[in-house]
Amino acid sequence: MDHLTPAAALAADPQPAQGEVRLSQARLRDRGVIGSVHVRPDVDHHGLSAEELERRLLELGFVEGAAIEVIHEGAIGRDPIAVRLDDMRVALRRHDAADVVIRLDARSAAR
Amino acid sequence: MSTASARIALVGNPNSGKTALFNALTGGRQKVANYAGVTVEKKEGMVTTPGGRTLSVIDLPGTYSLRARSPDEEVTRDAVLGQLKGETPPDVVVCVADATNLRLVLRLILELRQVGRPMVLALNMFDIAQRQGLRIDLEGLARDIGAPIVTTVATRKRGIEDLVAQVEAKVEALAAAGDLDVPNTWHEPSPAEIRRAHAEAQRLMKAHVRPAERPDTMTGKIDAVLLHPVAGLAILLALLFVMFQAVFAWAGPLMDGIEGGIGALGGLVATVMPDGLLQSLIVDGLIAGVGSVLVFLPQILILFFFIILLEDFGYMARAAFLMDKIMGGAGLHGRAFIPLLSSFACAIPGVMATRVIDSKRDRLTTIMVAPLMTCSARIPVYTLIIAAFIPNQTVWGFASLQGVVMFGLYVAGITSALAISFIARRLFWRGQVEPFLMELPTYKTPDPKSVLRNLWQRAEIFINRAGRIILPLMVLIWVLSTFPYPPEGATGPAIDYSFAGRLGHLLHPLFAPIGFNWQMTVALIPGMAAREVAVGALGTVYAVANAEEQVGTLAGALSADWSLAMGLAFLTWYVFAPQCAPTLAVVKRETNSWLWPTVMFAYMVTLAYLAAMGVYHGAVALGWG
Ligand SMILES: Nc1nc2c(ncn2[C@@H]2O[C@H](COP(=O)(O)OP(=O)(O)OP(=O)(O)O)[C@@H](O)[C@H]2O)c(=O)[nH]1
Ligand SMILES: [Mg+2]
Repeated sequence: MDHLTPAAALAADPQPAQGEVRLSQARLRDRGVIGSVHVRPDVDHHGLSAEELERRLLELGFVEGAAIEVIHEGAIGRDPIAVRLDDMRVALRRHDAADVVIRLDARSAAR
Repeated sequence: MSTASARIALVGNPNSGKTALFNALTGGRQKVANYAGVTVEKKEGMVTTPGGRTLSVIDLPGTYSLRARSPDEEVTRDAVLGQLKGETPPDVVVCVADATNLRLVLRLILELRQVGRPMVLALNMFDIAQRQGLRIDLEGLARDIGAPIVTTVATRKRGIEDLVAQVEAKVEALAAAGDLDVPNTWHEPSPAEIRRAHAEAQRLMKAHVRPAERPDTMTGKIDAVLLHPVAGLAILLALLFVMFQAVFAWAGPLMDGIEGGIGALGGLVATVMPDGLLQSLIVDGLIAGVGSVLVFLPQILILFFFIILLEDFGYMARAAFLMDKIMGGAGLHGRAFIPLLSSFACAIPGVMATRVIDSKRDRLTTIMVAPLMTCSARIPVYTLIIAAFIPNQTVWGFASLQGVVMFGLYVAGITSALAISFIARRLFWRGQVEPFLMELPTYKTPDPKSVLRNLWQRAEIFINRAGRIILPLMVLIWVLSTFPYPPEGATGPAIDYSFAGRLGHLLHPLFAPIGFNWQMTVALIPGMAAREVAVGALGTVYAVANAEEQVGTLAGALSADWSLAMGLAFLTWYVFAPQCAPTLAVVKRETNSWLWPTVMFAYMVTLAYLAAMGVYHGAVALGWG
């Protein structure tokens, strides 16, 4: 299996379904619930196996059904981001958030 | 067997108050602060129950899972599973939970249950839960997780007796039942198992926890400002700037007071005691040497005052968020920020704190650059030289020039750390840094009493160092710079004939290219044990040399004897030099090899030498020689 570089992987992210957005591409104030967390094995996760990254995301509460909202963005390249995840706040880099897919609520989807 | 000691482990998510609880239980004084990853080592303490039983309590690093990913989490995993050689699992596990943030810890509890040890759940931060109107059905939850629940407020020592009683009951039950035959069925959960556990935790939440009636809205409002992409960065810079200004501006009067007191003491002793060796030892060796270091206590306390406030408030994780892009650009891991910030106090806790970084290469890079951050032991050196050579004037209408130079030295340290890590990445460790996920804690109002207690502890550490390391070294330096006496008929200053004088003259050629005189060269050697000793050594060397005439302060003596270029070269040397043996020893311990401390020493000496040489010759060319 050949590994894509991070930039190529981001560009090649398959578009999620209507009303859904990858957390890596979510905009400030986007809100919804997590639809899926399936880390793709064909992308380079900085030396981490896909399963390992998936477990780390899950352990920190990025799990299907959790309520999520993007609450802050960094100044440079709008990265990293901070999200509200159920009752807690978590900061992460967009690149690592590519496989968290958010099902947007009606208001966010209509923006 | 009623007095047999039992071992209790405190386990839980990061920042849930385990260490605060440990301190409340055992009377310990371990570090507590409002960010994840404060504790990186196992710490043990004792508590005696009302029944006279002694319990040994272990405080552990926080974790989201027993499936350890970083060295600090491995400590927790090994302690809970009793996997290390000669270690057994704890008799009772106390799971410490932040009552306002239960979801993740419920999943951890399910993992802990598989380990098969008796468990008690401490629902900590219950004061905040009550303030928010959070309703938790304690009985139902206790039944479902199969462990008794105690509500606690660790910082106010509330619920501690209750917790001890519940733990003791478990210990008694254990003793009565003989050996436990609940097998340990824990194994690394697969993603599917983690999902299932989340679903179960979610079910427990739904069944037993009603959402807060008055959820915290403060944190969101404060973050809107502090994490603002533009305002947030401006505030971070302003904070650092004010911090270093304050270190100069506020400390001045206090330092003058201490300096005056020390001077008066020296004068008094000199008049009371007969002239002679003993008088010289006490006045020149002890009072001038140790005194010249003690003067810096106010500055160090002011610096710590800021750091402690920011840590307790919850700002550290925010600063890490704001700096992440810059750190990442330099090839540093996002979690490297807090270890680097801790290195402002001292590189040793900074190097220890890198245990929160999971990737080995990322961790090593952080360790290697941590000593470039300006530690508090450099403050005496910086201040002395700045006071001697930089005029005390106001610039831009509000800032003190001395404070600006101090700020500049800090910036020099930070920039060089970023540059070195960037180069190391480029040359040796190409590739991206590992993913980084970080919880942003809710803000908390710092408790004045605990801030004062922390400051007091800092003062104790500093004075202790002065007594235990600096004082004996000062005596040694005094001996070396007093003996042997000059031969009959000698014409030069007496100190030139002493051991220190000879050693200084011997080594001087090595340091002459970077502008050092022999006194500076001598001061570098004891400065290896603790940087601030260099100041004490200069104090003693100049006090012995000038014993005849009454010079004023050490700064005065230096500005009379050194050129500006020499002062700047000395400052530059201290920005980079690995002038601290204990740091090298910790790097050896944490990397488990002599290679890395050797590399660190070599690269830092080279950098210090070249930079000091450049600055010296540059300054001479500008006419400051
Ligand atoms: N209001 C309140 N604050 C608490 C309580 N217990 C702890 N804190 C605060 O919570 C923060 C975290 O406390 P620590 O004891 O350092 O947490 P920890 O679990 O040891 O954290 P790590 O070592 O990083 O895993 C600190 O700011 C404490 O002052 C409590 O019962 N009530
Ligand atoms: Mg702790």
